[in-house]
Amino acid sequence: MNKLDLGRRKLLSRALALGAITTLPGCDFEDLTHPDLADHVLRTMLAFNDEMQALLFNPRTLAPTFPASMVTNPPRFNAFYGMAQAPVVDPASYQLELGGQIQDKQSWTLAALRALPQEGQITRFVCVEGWRVIGQWSGVPLGYFLRRIGADTSCKYVSFKCADGYYSSIDMASALHPQTILALDFLNAPLTAPFGAPVRLRVPVKLGFKNPKSIMQLAVTNTYPGGYWEDQGYDWFSGS
Amino acid sequence: MGRSTYHKPRPVHPWPLRLMHWLNAFAIVMLIGSGWQIYNAAPLFNFTFPETFTIGAWLGAGIAWHLAFIWLLMLNGLSYLLWGFLSGHFKQKLWPLSPKAVLRDLGAALRFKLPHQSGVYNAVQRALYVGVIFAGITMVISGLAIWKPVQLWFFTDLCGGYYIARYVHFTAMACIVAFLFIHIVLVLMVPRVLPAMITGGKLPEVQS
Repeated sequence: MNKLDLGRRKLLSRALALGAITTLPGCDFEDLTHPDLADHVLRTMLAFNDEMQALLFNPRTLAPTFPASMVTNPPRFNAFYGMAQAPVVDPASYQLELGGQIQDKQSWTLAALRALPQEGQITRFVCVEGWRVIGQWSGVPLGYFLRRIGADTSCKYVSFKCADGYYSSIDMASALHPQTILALDFLNAPLTAPFGAPVRLRVPVKLGFKNPKSIMQLAVTNTYPGGYWEDQGYDWFSGS
Repeated sequence: MGRSTYHKPRPVHPWPLRLMHWLNAFAIVMLIGSGWQIYNAAPLFNFTFPETFTIGAWLGAGIAWHLAFIWLLMLNGLSYLLWGFLSGHFKQKLWPLSPKAVLRDLGAALRFKLPHQSGVYNAVQRALYVGVIFAGITMVISGLAIWKPVQLWFFTDLCGGYYIARYVHFTAMACIVAFLFIHIVLVLMVPRVLPAMITGGKLPEVQS
C-alpha cells in the first residue's frame, strides 16, 4: 500500500498545470460584426433553447399572483440609460401606431385605449440579471387588443418600438396569454416616464427586458424582428 | 479441456463511467464559470467573482454558455443515474454507507492512515460521492426553478420561491466547488489514480 506522499512543491506545480489547462478564452458576443467559432456555437444553442422554451410554454399556465402588500414600492428602475434620461411622451398627443399583418391600422390615442376593457394583475417581474420585484399593473389585455384590431394571430411575432429607441418582440402564443397586457397604470395611477408611460407591455410569462416601455409602434409580422438586447446575445424567447 | 485460468483484467473504471466523468467535468467547469458571470450581474452576497474565473465576457454571453451546457449536464447526469442503478455500480461501490463508517474513515484520513485501494471506495469517498450526486440534483432542480418560475412553478415552489431558489442554487454550487477542491487535492496527492480514469486501468489480481 502506498503511503500518502504530500510534497508541497509537487502539489503546487500540479495545481498550476491544472490551472493553465482550464483557462478558457472569453471572446464571445464581444464583436458582433466578426463572429468567431464560440459565437456560432452559442447562436446555435440559443436557437435550440428558444425552440425548447416554446415547447415548454403552456398557454394555460398562469404566472403566480401576489397580495397588494407585497408590491415593491417604489419600483426598481432599469434601462440602458439613467433614470433622468427616460423619454417623456406627451399623453395628450400620444398615438399608438400599428403596422404589419393588421386589418385596421388606425392609430390609437390614450383615451381610446382607456375606453377598452381593462385588467389588473399583481405579478412578479424577473430581471435577466437575477433580481425580482412585484408590481401591480393594469391595462388592455393584448390578446383582446390584437383581435379587436383584426391582427393575423397566425403570425409568429408581435414587435414593439419605443420612444427611447428600444425595441423588442415576442412570440404570438405569449402575446395571446391571458396575463399579457398593454399596461397603462401602475398601482392604479398612470405609468410615470421612467416606468414606461404612457403604454408599456407587461408580460409576466417573460423576463423583464421583454416588457418594453413607452411603446410607440406595434406590429404583427412573420419576419423575425429581434430586439435591442436580443440582437446582442440575450436569448430571444426568454420565457419565465 | 480444463477451464482457462486466464481472465481478462477488469478495468478500475468501466468506459461508460470514464466517458461520463469527463463530459461531466467539462460541463461543470463551463457551468460554474458562466454561473459566476451570471451571479455577478445581481450578487446575492457582498462579493463578486473575479473576471479571471468567469466564463462569458458579459452577462449575455454568460447566460448563453450556461444555457448551452445545461443540456450536456442534464443528459449526461441522467445517463449516469440510469447507468449507476442498472449496472449495479451504485450498489457495489456506494453501498453500504453508515455514519459510523464515515466517521471511522474520516478519522483515519485526517491522520493520513487511510490507504487507497484501487476500485474500492472508503466510507468518506462514498459519502462525498453520494453527497455530490445530491448536490447535482439540487443544482438542476433549483436551476430549472430560476429559469422557468412560471412554467416549472412546482420546482420553484419546491425551492421555497424564486428568491430563495437563487440561494439554493448558490449553496449547491458552493458544495460542488468544495467537493471539486477536495477531489482535485486528493488526485494531486495520489496521482496514480488519474490514468485509470482515462484508460480504465487494471484492477489488482486477487490472490487466493
